[in-house]
Amino acid sequence: MEKKKVGLIVNPIAGMGGRVGLKGTDGWDIVEKAIKLGAKPWSPERAKRVFKKLLTIKDEIELLTYQGEMGERVAVECSFEPKVIGKPASARTTAEDTKRAAREMVKQGVDLIIFVGGDGTARDIYDSIGLDAVVVGVPAGVKMYSGVFASSPEAAGELAVRYLKGEIKDMIEQEVLDIDEEKFRQGVFSVRLYGYLRIPFDKRYIVGGKSTTSINEKLNQEAIATDVIEDMEDNCYYIIGPGTTTKTILKKLNLDYSLLGVDIIYNGELVGKDLNEKQILEIIDGKKAKIIVSPIGGQGYVFGRGNHQISPAVIRKVGGKPNIIIVATQQKIISLRGRPLLVDTNDRTLDKELSGWYRVIVGYKERLMYRVEPG
Amino acid sequence: MGIVKLRKNFHQAKWDEPIIFELSTPGERGILVPQVEKEIEEVVGDGLSDLPPHMIRKEPPKLPEISQNRVLRHYLRLSQETLGADINIDIGQGTCTMKYSPKINEVLVRSPKVTELHPLQDESTIQGALEIMYKLDLLLRKLSGFDRFTFQPGGGSQAIFTMASIIYKYHKVHGNDHKDEIITTLLSHPSDAAAPKVKGFKVIDIPPDPETGYPDLEASKEAVSRRTAGLIICNPEDTEIFNPYVKEMTEIVHEVGGLCAYDIANANGIMGIVRPVDLGFDMSFYNLHKTFSSPHGCGGPGVGALGVKKELEPFLPVPVVEYDEKNKRYYLKYDLPHTIGKVREFYGVFPAVVRAYAWMMSLGEEGIKEVARVAILNNNYVMTRILKKVKGASISFPKTKYRVSQVRYTFEKLAEDTGVRVEDIIRRMADFGFHLWTSHHPWIVPEPFTIEPTESYSKDDLDEYIEGLKTAAQEAYENPEIVRNAPHQSTIHKIADLSMLEDPEKWVPTWRVYLRKYGKK
Repeated sequence: MEKKKVGLIVNPIAGMGGRVGLKGTDGWDIVEKAIKLGAKPWSPERAKRVFKKLLTIKDEIELLTYQGEMGERVAVECSFEPKVIGKPASARTTAEDTKRAAREMVKQGVDLIIFVGGDGTARDIYDSIGLDAVVVGVPAGVKMYSGVFASSPEAAGELAVRYLKGEIKDMIEQEVLDIDEEKFRQGVFSVRLYGYLRIPFDKRYIVGGKSTTSINEKLNQEAIATDVIEDMEDNCYYIIGPGTTTKTILKKLNLDYSLLGVDIIYNGELVGKDLNEKQILEIIDGKKAKIIVSPIGGQGYVFGRGNHQISPAVIRKVGGKPNIIIVATQQKIISLRGRPLLVDTNDRTLDKELSGWYRVIVGYKERLMYRVEPG
Repeated sequence: MGIVKLRKNFHQAKWDEPIIFELSTPGERGILVPQVEKEIEEVVGDGLSDLPPHMIRKEPPKLPEISQNRVLRHYLRLSQETLGADINIDIGQGTCTMKYSPKINEVLVRSPKVTELHPLQDESTIQGALEIMYKLDLLLRKLSGFDRFTFQPGGGSQAIFTMASIIYKYHKVHGNDHKDEIITTLLSHPSDAAAPKVKGFKVIDIPPDPETGYPDLEASKEAVSRRTAGLIICNPEDTEIFNPYVKEMTEIVHEVGGLCAYDIANANGIMGIVRPVDLGFDMSFYNLHKTFSSPHGCGGPGVGALGVKKELEPFLPVPVVEYDEKNKRYYLKYDLPHTIGKVREFYGVFPAVVRAYAWMMSLGEEGIKEVARVAILNNNYVMTRILKKVKGASISFPKTKYRVSQVRYTFEKLAEDTGVRVEDIIRRMADFGFHLWTSHHPWIVPEPFTIEPTESYSKDDLDEYIEGLKTAAQEAYENPEIVRNAPHQSTIHKIADLSMLEDPEKWVPTWRVYLRKYGKK
């Protein structure tokens, strides 16, 4: 049997800032600060926990990785014999190294890339290969807003094994989120939705009579969109937040849309695409408007992650809670395991006003009462 | 005490039996129907020429052509390749109440007095049958507190649909056009949401409290409004946690003029103990299949016996069975002013009615309560043993300690520790001759399985089944590959490509679809 090719990318500095109170480890000046504060490399240990699971199929895989700390060392320590396909440009690994490694792995036709890191790493992978490969994210970062990470290194290993053994054939696209650095430097905390990565779709919730699959996920999104469209009022502006679920609405209306941005429709027509806060406020000024959003990322934020364009001013202008429509697939809700949806608009008073029960649209003619709380 | 023995050397039959269409031989016949005798034909005709020509098919149906003994052999072989209710300790198919249905009741329903009845016979010739229906109605009235039952719905989901139809018609009659929402709970049966949608309602799901598993009362209060047409819920839900706030829920729905409908498909642990009418419900149904001695057979011949309060009687499907005191005769009453019409042809699945009547009469009032008590006892025994003996298993919503007659368990810990999933355990259980399944929608409990011991099984039976679970879980920790690759002793092996079962594009529900999709002969 032909061996499966697995790429391994470890971001050796991921997560180091967290333990010492730094927000992320993007850049070596912060790493040095972290080391001074006593931080130790964390991600190699996380990677080892993944390898424990991979050992069961050691003979069935060919491991491709980068030299030294980017994967080779941990792999060897875990008694694998990896094929080293490149090395970081300098001892201090950078985002460029991650990107180069991912691109090279795709070129070599890997079946799967396992990456160990946080949101920054996920973003680098997305920037370099987009949806060209199937990936498994091992959580090791400080920031992990993205939905691409497994719940633990063991879970990531398990997922990889099941996928490589052919037990999982289904893929799902999950969000890549990261702090918007430009805004962050201006003192505004803002998490942007950068794109989507493809991960194996693990039915954590095993099924009897019926099943949850990526096929069902798509049907679920279409059912939600059909419901929303049926209920749309005339002469009302609908501000549609980013995400695959919300944008199915525009797809169903045969309208152009921006997957990662905010669009506005009015009487079934697109009146603005990929709008910023100012443009949104101008369009809805003095008009009746509603907001349609979907939870983004692994933690279930409906505001404050990936949709900062829908600012406190916009939310207040539409009239707040009664004019906010939350849509979410069942899979998204189930993955919250009973935890509430969250809001973080950067305006605590507004966050409190937005809290409470919502009728989340989860299917055609189906709503689920679900709590929203300040994040 | 009997013998508690895990059947490690069990091996299921494997007949390598083709599909019956593949066994077809052109011209082979089971029965050769004799020609009509000349004298008869002269009087009644040939039977075909009276039919309108457009209704006569141009070519014969493509049925398999096969002799009687080959048909018999074929289906007997297939029957040996199943793990049905009469051959295994069938407590692993929780929510389905796979209890023992006394075989004496089969004798009754196979009597020509039942099998030779025709639904269009004159009332005067079916007085006995009508009497049984009427008297079962009386028994169920006593059990539930309702005022009238219909047996027309052919199963639980159809009974839910009937309840949704009654709610719809009720508000139409009362001019409540604004009432277009139905409230249900997330852990109620999926049909409690699906059926009202078919009637055009919007459905609002109440989630369980993540700690206690009780439907969130606060969410219920938020969900109810003047648009609320009604409530359709299970209680206990499939977690078998009894909702202590159910009366409050029915009250808040009544306050806004809604109707409250009770899916009491999980009746086995509460019948004789809880009356739906006392919980504030306006209508409710019992499944005569599963609970009242008809085997629960995947859409087979069942009855969702639906009872309503007096004020909803005019909305019932027709006909209902009445008794004319003066003339001492039973009759079918079609004249109900607001009837929703029919939900099924005729009067309901009569054999299920006969079995239910026989079963209730043989038990009596106290016996029925005893059934519920034993079902509860068995369940709590099994729960205690599983928690103690089966490594990696726990119950969902552990904060709530007591369950009625089944439990939704989770193998989450086992999966985390070993990577072995509940689906693996299920296949491994087949190696010991046991059926286990995963439970259904919504999958908010990870790695779920549901055990419903019912009243039918002895302590030895229960211990044997638990031994199977314990062994499989232990193997998961010690020798996970044997569990992952199970079954080893069954009719078929592990299915390599599960998408065959999940992708509508790949499904093969019939032979014709198989030929169309895969083009094989």
